[in-house]
Amino acid sequence: MNLTLKVWRQNGENDKGRIVEYKMSDISPDMSFLEMMDVLNEQLIEKGDNPVAFDHDCREGICGSCSMYINGEPHGPENLITTCQLHMRSFKDGDTIYIEPWRASAFPVVKDLVVDRSAFDAIIQAGGYVSVNTSGNTQDANAIPINKTDADAAFDAATCIGCGACVATCKNSSAMLFTAAKVSHLAHLPQGQVEAKERAINMVNKMDELGFGNCTNTGDCEIQCPKGISLDNIALMNRDFLGASLKSEK
Amino acid sequence: MTKLVDNIPEGPLVDKWTKYKADAKLVNPANRRNIDVIVVGTGLAGGAAAASLGEMGFNVKSFCFQDSPRRAHSIAAQGGINAAKNYQNDGDSTYRLFYDTIKGGDYRSREANVYRLAEVSTNIIDQCVAQGVPFAREYGGLLDNRSFGGVQVQRTFYAKGQTGQQLLIGAYQALSRQISKGTVTMYNRHEMMDVVVIDGKARGIIARNLITGKIERHSAHAVVLASGGYGNVFFLSTNAMGSNCTAAWKSYKKGAYFANPCFVQIHPTCIPVTGDHQSKLTLMSESLRNDGRIWVPKKKEDAEAIARGEKTGLDIAEEDRDYYLERRYPAFGNLVPRDVASRAAKERCDAGYGVNKTGQAVFLDFSDAINRLGKDAVEARYGNLFQMYEKITDENPYEMPMKIYPAIHYTMGGIWVDYNLQTTIPGLFATGEANFSDHGANRLGASALMQGLADGYFVAPYTVSNYLADDIRTGKISTDHPEFEKAEKTVDDKLDYFINNNGSKSVDYFHRKLGKIIWENCGMARNKEDLEKAIKEVDSLRDEFWKEVKVPGTKDGLNQELEKAGRVADFIELGALMCYDALSREESCGGHFREEYQTPEGEAVRNDKEFAFVSAWEFKGEKKVPELHKEDLKYENIELKQRSYK
Ligand SMILES: Cc1cc2nc3c(=O)[nH]c(=O)nc-3n(C[C@H](O)[C@H](O)[C@H](O)COP(=O)(O)OP(=O)(O)OC[C@H]3O[C@@H](n4cnc5c(N)ncnc54)[C@H](O)[C@@H]3O)c2cc1C
Ligand code: SF4
Ligand code: FES
Repeated sequence: MNLTLKVWRQNGENDKGRIVEYKMSDISPDMSFLEMMDVLNEQLIEKGDNPVAFDHDCREGICGSCSMYINGEPHGPENLITTCQLHMRSFKDGDTIYIEPWRASAFPVVKDLVVDRSAFDAIIQAGGYVSVNTSGNTQDANAIPINKTDADAAFDAATCIGCGACVATCKNSSAMLFTAAKVSHLAHLPQGQVEAKERAINMVNKMDELGFGNCTNTGDCEIQCPKGISLDNIALMNRDFLGASLKSEK
Repeated sequence: MTKLVDNIPEGPLVDKWTKYKADAKLVNPANRRNIDVIVVGTGLAGGAAAASLGEMGFNVKSFCFQDSPRRAHSIAAQGGINAAKNYQNDGDSTYRLFYDTIKGGDYRSREANVYRLAEVSTNIIDQCVAQGVPFAREYGGLLDNRSFGGVQVQRTFYAKGQTGQQLLIGAYQALSRQISKGTVTMYNRHEMMDVVVIDGKARGIIARNLITGKIERHSAHAVVLASGGYGNVFFLSTNAMGSNCTAAWKSYKKGAYFANPCFVQIHPTCIPVTGDHQSKLTLMSESLRNDGRIWVPKKKEDAEAIARGEKTGLDIAEEDRDYYLERRYPAFGNLVPRDVASRAAKERCDAGYGVNKTGQAVFLDFSDAINRLGKDAVEARYGNLFQMYEKITDENPYEMPMKIYPAIHYTMGGIWVDYNLQTTIPGLFATGEANFSDHGANRLGASALMQGLADGYFVAPYTVSNYLADDIRTGKISTDHPEFEKAEKTVDDKLDYFINNNGSKSVDYFHRKLGKIIWENCGMARNKEDLEKAIKEVDSLRDEFWKEVKVPGTKDGLNQELEKAGRVADFIELGALMCYDALSREESCGGHFREEYQTPEGEAVRNDKEFAFVSAWEFKGEKKVPELHKEDLKYENIELKQRSYK
């Protein structure tokens, strides 16, 4: 198929950036979206131009590296997948495709489609762990049976890949879904319950400090999340741990 | 010729590690703060090691090339992690896990290392549960297990098809905790470009900040490599796009021996190649072989009709299907080890029974399982894998048998290490997939995650600390040392070379070509003639690469083509070493199948009399033939047997 790409090009943080148009021909519908970008880059290199920089690694939807804003939606038109899992069969011959980076003040653009998401690491560092040493001398793994429903709920929340689509789609650039997913993952397990409240408060305070916006429950994040992380996690965090006490317990 | 010293402690196998730990030298907590340790890599091996060493109080610097330590390639592991817990009461034990691993590795790994791995495996599960890793559970609330290829017990722990992700997030959280405490400094988007050796000891690295392009010097009292495997030599593999051999290769060139480079694992269940645009291959977890049955048509006409698109798998009657693994290996059936399953698929496809248009695919069929267990049960076990398959191929595996073909997946070979996981350069350690230590000539499923976490959480913290006990008076290592200067200059010159070369071909052009040479000549089946030819081809590819490679842009700032160029330059050299290794090993064992050494039925013929050794290669200079050193493998607890899965 033949396509027109309109790609955001920005040479470093201080460049203003602009949309540049590229014509693509003979694209196979079986290609993945990133393979189509590889073809574009091969063509640019051949001409001696700079290829489009974008993050990617696993190319199977699990590492959370890839992060393209395609036709106004993070990870493109299909739900429950990442950019690298998108295939060209989701587009039609003759389509024009806009490709932009995540946009959020806490995720500054590094170059072209690459952004800096280290703020997510900082949120985890603020408490997204269980305070246990790695000696291996803990109790036997089966010492505390865990109800399957809780274990499954913990797992579902823990499948977040830290891609940042939730932030990119949110009109407030809030990181609530990402943060709540971690809080909820650990709070569903007895091992994580001891520090649950403190963890939630510290992580949310860190999130505010890093310049992510407030959550106003618009729910776009849940729709755009490639892993289907549920808004219920945010509700759980607000209800069980934050409530009115957020600022006072700082 | 340097003698390879394995440094295995004296005494009975079962007591070695306990005794080692009891005798290990410790560093006083007050001194640890003044000792710097560099850990390259944040996968299971590196993330766990950095967290543990930081927790012990050393001053740790942790490096990864991704934008976050949480994205290391370990994240992609699907199926599970082994541990000898015997929760299922099916006769498992430390000894059995040890035995299975040695046997699965076709008797080419070291007894003492493997026993230690089996011994600490149970602690891994305890540790991970304590960290909040959400493993799959049964309705009674206890941990669930599944079985994996090559064994007859259920010892694999899992978290749906995302076990690697959950284990890595566990290690990442432990690492994040140490970063917040200030014991670990994290360097994201940094690539190690060289190791710095001063007076015979590893004393630091040269790294490139991938965002600013700046070349940085980092000194330390010890360096731990946890940089993963080299499967991407083949261009198409199941590894992440960025996985590379640079850290290991640069260490090799500085004096670390490289062991068994030709031992690579080809995974039987991957989605077949569909076209030239393909950038990577996708694994379908081995756990699928628990319930899926592998077959090709009995009649060539049927296979040809399927290839032409005139028939599908559903049109082939039951009696016309050849369940060739069940036929050849009745005892293990579809659960034979990976090397055996891969070769059997190649044999059928080479004979003309392949089932897609390239002729390189076999069926993995779930219709029996769906009839027996119901669709819901199959979905509960494999739902996300089926969904992934459908996303990629546009075919529904609940209705149509999956098509699979073997692909490169894991590298058993790696940097040579002794019992301490120390390389032939003192102070340079190698852990996880980057070393060669535990899997011999073939790795069993679910054992890489086990090894990564064992090395990182439980082995390296003792052995590295034991080494550092002699460094308490050394003081800070200065980065002004001439060795740092020299290493930095070499790195910088190479970057300038790439930028100024003005060649005519992209990096990927060369990478694809390399992959094809190695896959065809040093892949699932090898022979003398092909390997000799491949060495010549790789050599001329190397010349062409340096002459014609084209890297746009500058070295200041983010330049992904420049990153790839350095990595592919190293892959090309490693490709040649793999062929040398495969050529010198005149036997068939594990993943290494030499066509000259097989039975009339096509089974591998090992030669224990002449080849029961580890091949450790020493770098002898650019374009010089490397030198082979042999570490004899002594089997004191296990009797060497021909592997049989019949
Ligand atoms: C698709 C797939 C599925 C798998 N499933 C399973 C499974 O079910 N069970 C199992 O046991 N095993 C499985 N494996 C194998 C297993 O995942 C790997 O062997 C293991 O995760 C390797 O871990 P590691 O810590 O050694 O290295 P990796 O996880 O590969 O980490 C390497 C790290 O090194 C860093 N790095 C590399 N080079 C440099 C450099 N030059 N400078 C700076 N940093 C660098 C990277 O940034 C990364 O952080 C699977 C593998 C694949 C490909
Ligand atoms: S919550 Fe979803 S969208 Fe947000 S970072 Fe996690 S996986 Fe990505
Ligand atoms: S590249 Fe890993 S999730 Fe897309």
